[in-house]
Amino acid sequence: MKYLDEFQDPVLAGRLFAEIDAAVTRPWALMEVCGGQTHSIMRNGIDQLLPDTVELIHGPGCPVCVTPLEMIERALEIASRPDVVFCSFGDMLRVPGRDRDLFGVKASGGDVRIVYSPLDAVAVAEAEPDRQVVFFGVGFETTAPANAMAVVQARDRGLANFSMLVSHVLVPPAIEAILSSPTSRVNGFLAAGHVCSVMGTGQYEPLADRYHVPIVVTGFEPLDVLDGIRRCILQLEEGRGEVENAYARAVQVGGNPVAKAVLAEVFEVCDRSWRGIGLIPGSGWRLTPAFADFDAERRFDVGDLTAEEPTECRAGEVLQGMIKPDQCEWFGTTCTPRTPMGATMVSSEGACAAYHQYRRVDTPVSVRRG
Amino acid sequence: MCLGIPGRVQEVYEARGTRMAVADFGGVTKTVCLAYVPEVGVGDYTIVHAGFAITRLDEASAVETLRMFAELGMLESELGQDEPVP
Repeated sequence: MKYLDEFQDPVLAGRLFAEIDAAVTRPWALMEVCGGQTHSIMRNGIDQLLPDTVELIHGPGCPVCVTPLEMIERALEIASRPDVVFCSFGDMLRVPGRDRDLFGVKASGGDVRIVYSPLDAVAVAEAEPDRQVVFFGVGFETTAPANAMAVVQARDRGLANFSMLVSHVLVPPAIEAILSSPTSRVNGFLAAGHVCSVMGTGQYEPLADRYHVPIVVTGFEPLDVLDGIRRCILQLEEGRGEVENAYARAVQVGGNPVAKAVLAEVFEVCDRSWRGIGLIPGSGWRLTPAFADFDAERRFDVGDLTAEEPTECRAGEVLQGMIKPDQCEWFGTTCTPRTPMGATMVSSEGACAAYHQYRRVDTPVSVRRG
Repeated sequence: MCLGIPGRVQEVYEARGTRMAVADFGGVTKTVCLAYVPEVGVGDYTIVHAGFAITRLDEASAVETLRMFAELGMLESELGQDEPVP
């Protein structure tokens, strides 16, 4: 496909690897904060082809994985109601709640539907005026314009039977939380390209300045990821800590001004819990008071529903780069994509699921040949 | 989750006051909302996520980036080679 295939070229990848090899003089740890990049790194074996001195830490870059347990429980509660059609992106259906998931609700008769775009949920609300249609509005800044437009269209069409369970998360506060953690080992960041397509790069300037850390806006194809790594390493080796754009074909400095204007009308910043990490101040978006009528938490009175996360799952340590997925005692045995203990094993973009799928596991050898 | 696929706009139309398009993704066509990219027209490439075009794909930047990759290491390898025998 045009503008994908060219950025997978193995000869050019070889040149980028050679440039990285030539630039590195000491160990560096880089974090990508994007599940799509984590997946690309694993699928293409980039982590294995880099010099041993360059470590990639897979940050909390998958919105599915970090949606807090209490929000999953609220979704399950709403989806179980007989008057509700619960619409969601497909990735959310297998995220484990305390004792079931949305697939389980569907299997026991709940009307849970997978949609490709939030506008599909608006169309359902219009076609079925006697049902309460609820859309599970999750995602980073990339997905927020789509979700915001669904609410705007529901308002403009007077759809009183549409509402949204909003659990949006924001990337810059998560990067700041990691940078300010005393246990952080991260020297540089690859920032998620499509988040910046929407929001621009300005939000990262104060972080790069304050923590003197390179933040390189990076795309998703193998050459994009390699160029992000290359630029990050060059900055570190030269003692620079700046915001740099390695995804110029899709990211403008100011982002998308039309989308940002609609986002400012529909969403406002709130504190948000991240599954496995905990509360990060100012790291979420909720609906503004002007759109409160479309807030599913209010409509179904589930805002008080809380849930404690199970303590066995070590996803939080994985998301903060403190352990690799295969260093968890449950990985690949008790915890697999079929029987996930936590959300990082559920989504194909979660670090644990990516490790599992692309066999980043030492297979035990029972017979050794001499 | 933030997967965005480059698609080429084939046809632009208006649906209930919203600018929409049919976009081609390597032979597969899909409906795309253009509400956020007023500058995008027929023939342009755009990055599509969850049914929405989120940005115009800057083709000149794409070409420039690939040219830069192609030139990486060329200078060193040329300088490193022995002088050609006349």
